[in-house]
Parts: sequence; structure tokens; C-alpha cells
Amino acid sequence: MKYIDEFRNKELINRLVEEIHHVSKQEIRLMEVCGGHTMAIQRFGIPSLLPENIKLLSGPGCPVCVTSRSYIDHLIALSKKEDVILTTYGDLIRVPGSSSTLEKERAKGRKVKIVYSVLDALQMARDNKDLKVVFAAIGFETTTPASASAILTAEKEQLKNFYILSAHKVMPPAMSALIDEGIRIDGYIAPGHVSTITGSHIYEPLAVTFKVGCVISGFEPVDLLKSILMLVKQKEENRPCVEIQYKRAVKIEGNLKAKALVEEIFTERDDWWRGLGILPNSGLSLKEKYSHYDAEKQFDAAIETLREDKGCICGEILKGIKNPKECKLFGKVCNPSDPVGACMVSNEGACHAYYRYRRLEL
Amino acid sequence: MKQDKILIGHGSGGKLMHQLIDEVFLSSFSNNINDTPSDSVILNYDDKMLAFTTDSYVVDPIFFPGGNIGKLAVCGTVNDLAVSGATPLWLSAGFILEEGFPVEDLKTIVRSMANEARNAGVKIVTGDTKVVAKGQCDKIFINTSGIGILDKKYSNISRGKNIQSGDLILINGYIADHGMTILKARELSHFTGNIESDCTCLNSLIKNVLNECEVHFMRDATRGGLATVAAEICHNKSFGLELDEESIPVNEVTRGFCEILGYDPLYVANEGKVVLVVAEKDAVKALEIMKNHELGMQTAIIGKITHEHAGIALLKTIIGGKRIIDMLAGEQLPRIC
Repeated sequence: MKYIDEFRNKELINRLVEEIHHVSKQEIRLMEVCGGHTMAIQRFGIPSLLPENIKLLSGPGCPVCVTSRSYIDHLIALSKKEDVILTTYGDLIRVPGSSSTLEKERAKGRKVKIVYSVLDALQMARDNKDLKVVFAAIGFETTTPASASAILTAEKEQLKNFYILSAHKVMPPAMSALIDEGIRIDGYIAPGHVSTITGSHIYEPLAVTFKVGCVISGFEPVDLLKSILMLVKQKEENRPCVEIQYKRAVKIEGNLKAKALVEEIFTERDDWWRGLGILPNSGLSLKEKYSHYDAEKQFDAAIETLREDKGCICGEILKGIKNPKECKLFGKVCNPSDPVGACMVSNEGACHAYYRYRRLEL
Repeated sequence: MKQDKILIGHGSGGKLMHQLIDEVFLSSFSNNINDTPSDSVILNYDDKMLAFTTDSYVVDPIFFPGGNIGKLAVCGTVNDLAVSGATPLWLSAGFILEEGFPVEDLKTIVRSMANEARNAGVKIVTGDTKVVAKGQCDKIFINTSGIGILDKKYSNISRGKNIQSGDLILINGYIADHGMTILKARELSHFTGNIESDCTCLNSLIKNVLNECEVHFMRDATRGGLATVAAEICHNKSFGLELDEESIPVNEVTRGFCEILGYDPLYVANEGKVVLVVAEKDAVKALEIMKNHELGMQTAIIGKITHEHAGIALLKTIIGGKRIIDMLAGEQLPRIC
């Protein structure tokens, strides 16, 4: 398959692995902050190819995993309304809220529908004018432009029954917060899809202020190994900087049109991240001008959120302080068919990927 | 069970379903005959051995490229018998029809059942029909049960009793076509690129191999896909299993759909694929026999049984890394069969 096979070429992979082994001398801790990277690294068995001094950490890169429990409770409360169709990406339906999940609510007959894109939710609103369609808008810079575009479309078509509940987040504050907290990260494998929108400038402060290198990486094995090699070289040569490995998709300036769209619809706010707490200017809410699409403002929903489960260390896992196997619940009470913490739910979550691919250390 | 309501995932062939079977069904139904999970139960009657199985079909949509719910209902049950080593002979067919269902569609479905049964050399010998009010089922549901006779020398196949390290693992061609066809028909009809369900009866292919080779185990890789079969083969056993991703056949178009949607083809359903565990000495012979059959032209040896990592199925990835193959947990794709 074109654009895939070239990046899974065994000969190229072997050469990269050899060079990494040759160049890498010092202990180095690299963090990826994108669920797609977490998944690809485990799916292809990349850790089993690296020397022991390179440690890969999974950071807060899966939008489902960093979403707060109160957001899930809010969605559940909305799904209980007779006149609401709640639309969501599939990952979210098994995330535990305080006392239920969207999957369990669906089994009780609530109108919870899985969609592949916000466009499907828009279509549902057009097809069901007598009902109110709420879209669970989660994700980082990658999915936000689609939500923004849906709002503009709804505005253009005068759709009165379409709403979003925004939990959109922006990546850089989380990447800085981890370093700020004193967690040792020598380099970021920076998110490929996020960067197609944002461009590479957003990582400059990390390299300048914190001296942490960032390499924007693609998602195929050759991409990831190449990015790891670039970060290893930065470390060995002591020159932390921002580099783009994923040049076939990412431009320095990003996608200007998408950025303008997001700016038109959304405004920054402080937001709560699982494991990291409240981070300034890290979330996005709808601007006042578009508040008639804002499910937060347009519906009364009584929610009471309980504290996180005792023993669940999702927070520390998301920070890269601990790995999933250090969690007491991992693989026992907490597994993909019955998850306790959010990292086990999404197949992009660190615990899910570990459970599926690395339960035994190989 | 921790859940107090049935979830879609309870029907997806993965961990939740195993939990449901163990904790609800077997806890009430268990006896000395159904104590080992397998595709068909083996029954002793005087000096004869019979294989018996049943399956219900609720696929949505009921017509899809490569087949329909009726064809699936015959193939699925024939295959469950055949992978036990039995020769399928007789089927029953039970229909649950929704009020208002077009008779012409029913005729089409029934004709393809008859056709498929004839090709497979089985007879549909008894049946039942129920009609429910509009909205109480979705168009048409079909149940088929099947009986086959089993030669004593194949009686260990369904339980995999003779599997040993060194055995090789074969599959008769491209994986993931059925699941991705259904998904495309349901959600992505605007995508170009043609794929077809692999839905077919495997008994004649299987018979050719059994006649000539020492086969230690077979299973049709339906819900949960090849990954789930691999994980099940060595679950709680004293041997492990290793698959080589590079040698697993996946059709280019199907692989494209999987890449776009983020599905791992290893976990996607098939309806015409059998996984065979064959004695090492006979593996090449089995490969040749299967390649000479129209349903096995893309057959490949995809892995082996190992004495290392007992109980664990591993995948050697296309780039040479290693990772675990686990059973599917929860819902991947609802109502694919």
C-alpha cells in the first residue's frame, strides 16, 4: 500500500535500529503525548527493538484519558433527557463516570449513538428535527477544527437542534506543566496530527525555556524510529531544539485556515486534566456569540461527581512517573472489558496498550 | 457478573462473552458433555460419534457484497461442524421474521440457503417460523443447527488435545474481509474500493487436508478474528504460540479500510477462514493441498506452536518487534454475523 509500505520497510527499519544502538550512549527518557503514537509504538513492538538506555514514556496524549469524570457525568445526565440524542466518538462510551457509563445508559434505552465524525452528528440533527442532538466534543487541536466547522455549518443552515458539549483541549500547557512539575523528560516525540494544525512554533518555548527537544513525528515505524534517532542525537550533541520529522504532513506555520476557524468559534479557558489538575488556558469553550450551540449553557443537568477511585494511578501514569504495571489494579480489577481508570478504556490509553500488547515483559 | 444489564460487548466473541457463558450459562447448564468450549459438541451414541452445533444470525445489513444473512447461516453452521473434524450432514433452519418483511427478500435469502447447502452437500431437514410485531426484531433473524458424523480418528481435533510445540499454523487466505465489508456497507458506502465478504462453506477444503495430513486443531476465525483464535489456542495451556505478521495474508483494499478506520485486521471477523494447527511433518503438504483448492489459493503458514511463553500468543510484527496477541475485550463491531 502506497505511503504505508515505504514506512514499514524492514531494511530501512534495521538500519535505523542499528544507528540508534550506535549513537545512543546516555540514558534518555522520551515521552510521546499522542494516543496514536502510544498505539503504534506498542502495536509494532518498537520498545523491543531499542537499547535499554532509551526509555519511552506515555504522556497525556489520549483525549479520552485526560477527560474529567465530571464531563462523563455531564454527558450521562444529558443522555437521560427524553428529547436528547447524545452522539459521541466510540472510545468514550465505556469510560466510567461516577456511577455509570454511556454504554450502560445505552443498554437502558437512552439514545446514545456512536459517530465517526461530527458531520454524522450534524446529519442526525437534520434528520431528527423534533429531537436535540448533542455532540460530545473532545480532543486536541486535531479534532477542534471539525467541531468549529460543524458550528459554522449549523449556523449557516439555521439548525436549531444541534449542540456541543466542549471538552476540547490544547496540548502545549500540558507539555510544559509536566516539565514544570520536575518530571524528567529529555525529549518529546511531539504529536503529528496536532502539529498539522498548529505548526511547529508552539513547541519553541519548550526547547528554549526548558531545554527539552521536540521532534514532530509521523505514525509509521520508520517515522517513529527516525524521530527517536533525532531526539537521541539532540541529547548526545546537547542541542535541544524543535525539528519536524513528519515533513510530508506538517508545515512550520500549520494549517492557517483551520486555526482561523477555531479562533472564530472557541475561546481559551482554564481546564481540568486527569492527573494534572487545572492548567491555565488549556481548554476551549464556545465564544459567547455561539452560546446557543453550547450544551453547557442550554441544558440544565444536575451532576454530582464522586472522587476518583482509590488505588487508581492514572494520574501518575499520564505524567509518566509510573508505568501501568506499577498500578495495583492493572490487569486485575482494571482491564479493557471492565476498566476502572480512563487509561484502560481508550485503545489509545497507555494502560490499554500495555494490557493488549505487553502484559508480560518480553 | 459485575454488569446488571446485557451490553453489546457480551455478544462480540471476546472476554465479556466468555464471562457471560461461564457465569450465567455454564453455571446452570454445565454437565459432563459441554465442559470444554469448542465449535461443536461431540456426542457418543453406541459406537458412533456425532458433532452437533447451533448458531443464530442477526447480521445488519442482511444483504452485503459476497452474501446475505441466509448464506451466512448455512456457512457458519457447516463450518462449525467441519472444523471439529466432522462431515456436516443435516441442518435445521429457524426464522424469526418481522411483520412487514418483503416476501421477495425472504425468497432470495431462502434460495441462497438452498444453493449453499447443495454446494456443501448438506440437507436442510427441519425448520420453524415465527413472526413478531413490527419493531420487535430487526427484519429477519435466523437460527441454524447442524449435525455431522465424526470419524473416531478425528475426535481429538475439536479440543486440540494433540497440539504440541513444533506444530505449524496455517490459514486459507486473506483475513478481515467479512468484518470490513459489513462495516463498509453499514457506515462507509460513500468510500470507493471493492471488498467482498469471504462467507463460504469450508467443509470440502477441510476434508482434503484431513484426508492427507495430521491435523491437531482447527477453528474458523469468525468474531474476534484471527487474534482471538490465536489467544484461545494457547489459553491456560502448557505451550505458547507465535504468529509472523508478515506472512498473514491481508487483501490490499481491506488493509486500506483498516488503516483509515484504525482497525487491527487481526481482530476483524471472517466467515470463510479456517485456522489449522498441523503436525510439522505435514505442514508443507497441507499448504500444497490447500493452495490447490479454490478456497485456499492464498493459504499461508503464519506461525508455530512454541514451548516458550506457555499460555501466551505472541506476534512477531512486520518490523521484527514482538508483542502479545490478546482476546478482544468488549465491542469491536456490532452484529457482524
